[in-house]
Amino acid sequence: MKILVPVKRVVDYNVKIRVKADGSGVELANVKMSMNPFDEISVEEALRLKEAGKAAEVVVVSIGPAKAEETLRTALAMGADRAVLVETDDAVEPLAVAKILKGVAEAEKPGLIIVGKQAIDDDSNQTGQMLSALLGWAQGTFASKIELGEGKAKVTREVDGGLQTIEVKLPAVVTTDLRLNEPRYASLPNIMKAKKKPLDKKSPADFGVDTAPRLKVLKTEEPSGRKAGVKVKSVAELVEKLKTEAGVL
Amino acid sequence: MNFALTDEQQMIVDTVRSFVETEIYPHENEVERTGFVPPELGQEIARKCKEIGFFGCNFPEEVGGAGLDHTSFTLVERELGRGSMALTVFFGRPSGILMGCNDEQREKYLLPAVRGDKFDALAMTEPDAGSDVRGMKCFAKKDGDDWIVNGTKHFISHANIADFVIVFIATGEEQTPRGPKKLITSFLVDRGTPGFEIRDGYNSVSHRGYKNCILTFDDCRLPSSQILGEVHRGFELANDWLYATRLTVAATSVGRARRVFDYALSYAAERKQFGKPIGANQGVSFKLADMITEIDAADLLTLSGAWRLDQGLPSNREIASAKVYATEMLARVTDEAIQIYGGMGLMDDLPLARFWRDARVERIWDGTSEIQRHIISRDLLRPLGA
Ligand SMILES: Cc1cc2nc3c(=O)[nH]c(=O)nc-3n(C[C@H](O)[C@H](O)[C@H](O)COP(=O)(O)OP(=O)(O)OC[C@H]3O[C@@H](n4cnc5c(N)ncnc54)[C@H](O)[C@@H]3O)c2cc1C
Ligand SMILES: Cc1cc2nc3c(=O)[nH]c(=O)nc-3n(C[C@H](O)[C@H](O)[C@H](O)COP(=O)(O)OP(=O)(O)OC[C@H]3O[C@@H](n4cnc5c(N)ncnc54)[C@H](O)[C@@H]3O)c2cc1C
Repeated sequence: MKILVPVKRVVDYNVKIRVKADGSGVELANVKMSMNPFDEISVEEALRLKEAGKAAEVVVVSIGPAKAEETLRTALAMGADRAVLVETDDAVEPLAVAKILKGVAEAEKPGLIIVGKQAIDDDSNQTGQMLSALLGWAQGTFASKIELGEGKAKVTREVDGGLQTIEVKLPAVVTTDLRLNEPRYASLPNIMKAKKKPLDKKSPADFGVDTAPRLKVLKTEEPSGRKAGVKVKSVAELVEKLKTEAGVL
Repeated sequence: MNFALTDEQQMIVDTVRSFVETEIYPHENEVERTGFVPPELGQEIARKCKEIGFFGCNFPEEVGGAGLDHTSFTLVERELGRGSMALTVFFGRPSGILMGCNDEQREKYLLPAVRGDKFDALAMTEPDAGSDVRGMKCFAKKDGDDWIVNGTKHFISHANIADFVIVFIATGEEQTPRGPKKLITSFLVDRGTPGFEIRDGYNSVSHRGYKNCILTFDDCRLPSSQILGEVHRGFELANDWLYATRLTVAATSVGRARRVFDYALSYAAERKQFGKPIGANQGVSFKLADMITEIDAADLLTLSGAWRLDQGLPSNREIASAKVYATEMLARVTDEAIQIYGGMGLMDDLPLARFWRDARVERIWDGTSEIQRHIISRDLLRPLGA
């Protein structure tokens, strides 16, 4: 079985994000970019499934600018076998991403697609769900555990109340949550091999997808600074304030 | 001319940096407080380093290393320089001189060292022979096919965790027009060899937890098979393989300086006095300007030294320049960082004082600043007959 893992190039999680002076977006010039951390978790999970003999090949795909090749090389250096870059300089919204991924999935015919539950730049949390709907495949979102069986998978999901375990038919789309695993470092031998691994270049047009935005960004603002807290003297006072001031009880 | 890192080099930098941030930083305060690295922690770091294939990465592939060129390996050292040396020492980089092992010694020393099964240390310095290493008193007298060794070495880094030590010992003297000159031989000495003792050394202000040791030889008998390279040719062998260790000191200084700079920069932007960030005063902002200029200069000087080694160009002077400049830059940068932090810079609650203390030894070991200047000036003047 083949596993497909989409990876996105985003601003590194350590970078202190700054909003552009004109409010049109966040500053990307001279900013360190890395693989979306949820996607690292997806790559790790796919590699573990391969190492456990449950998958034969791990293919990574990124949709983005030419520079996204670096992100794919990082995934290859972690141990993925092959990469596909769907190159575009446009900002691609989740629906268009899902449509392109559907095209890639139809060409690659994976048994499982492991997607990060969200990207840490726009936090949309939509791509995996839309992709599963477009493909008509089962979905297991926010996975903290994935067990592959014959033609099906057991997915433990992180939901508000705790954990929910579901069984999905394969092929399926699974989205990863933080606690699924701890991604490995790229190993030195794999770093050296990464350059030699195949990387196919495509364009959104190859999949007949129009990436024109459906959404319009009106304004980007810094979150307002945190207000100073108050100290309470007793639990009774805390409960009182939660009721009267915070209005959460 | 191309200053860009290759994709591989960038990935090496990213990987080692994130390793240091994740596996080293969290343990630093404890090591600093106790001056001690629990053996399990050291083994854990070594294990993880092996797992990602970086152990012994400075060695060629045919002996189990990764065959990194000097430039890539210098980048590894630079990123490791960000972390505490007491811990990064377990990110194994055995001494390159082990490539001088003969077939028998390869099996016993070189290959296990590159695999991480055995740790090495290297001993030249003695209480009466520091910069003037050739003035060493430690002496080996020939006895049949054996050598009887007497003498003392000190300041020997991480010999406390070493399974064997590469020791430089005088084995004779030759007469030269400039007077008698000691002949030096390099020996492989196993921990536990009768007559050989590894003792705790002094407590150093720099790099707490990174131990230095005293080695004593008391009629210690070593068979000729323990000689690394040829009799009397110890320094020639050392010059073949150890030229790069000075570059290592330069590289670690650059890495550490960048870590320190990030602290200083963000503090200058966040700390407010007189109703504005302290960085809004040129008294502070110009410090930052000088700091980053010097860091970048040291970085380029160091990488170009590595590049020269890769090209097979003469590099002795250039590497000495990188060593002296980078280590003195680190002293200035750590001092100014503390100045920018004001009183808080001196307190144990922040790592600034540690960086400042650690910087001090870099100008001394692997050849003092004065010795580097000696190498540089001699290289310039000797061809002119001066
Ligand atoms: C923490 C630590 C770890 C070390 N680890 C090791 C190790 O693992 N293995 C090892 O072999 N050694 C090691 N060393 C030794 C280190 O290399 C020496 O300390 C260094 O070479 C200087 O020797 P010294 O301390 O005896 O100083 P000295 O040589 O006595 O120098 C004293 C001063 O005189 C100056 N001086 C000396 N000669 C000249 C000259 N010709 N011209 C101008 N100035 C001169 C020096 O620059 C210095 O300022 C370590 C040292 C330290 C502090
Ligand atoms: C060990 C110790 C003991 C002390 N004991 C006492 C004590 O007994 N009583 C007491 O009251 N205080 C005491 N102090 C406090 C000491 O006086 C302050 O640390 C000092 O005044 C600097 O203030 P700060 O540390 O807050 O640094 P900051 O004022 O925050 O300065 C940070 C940096 O910004 C620079 N800076 C600030 N403003 C400007 C400007 N306008 N232009 C250019 N540069 C600027 C500073 O020079 C410094 O480099 C002590 C401090 C220490 C470390």
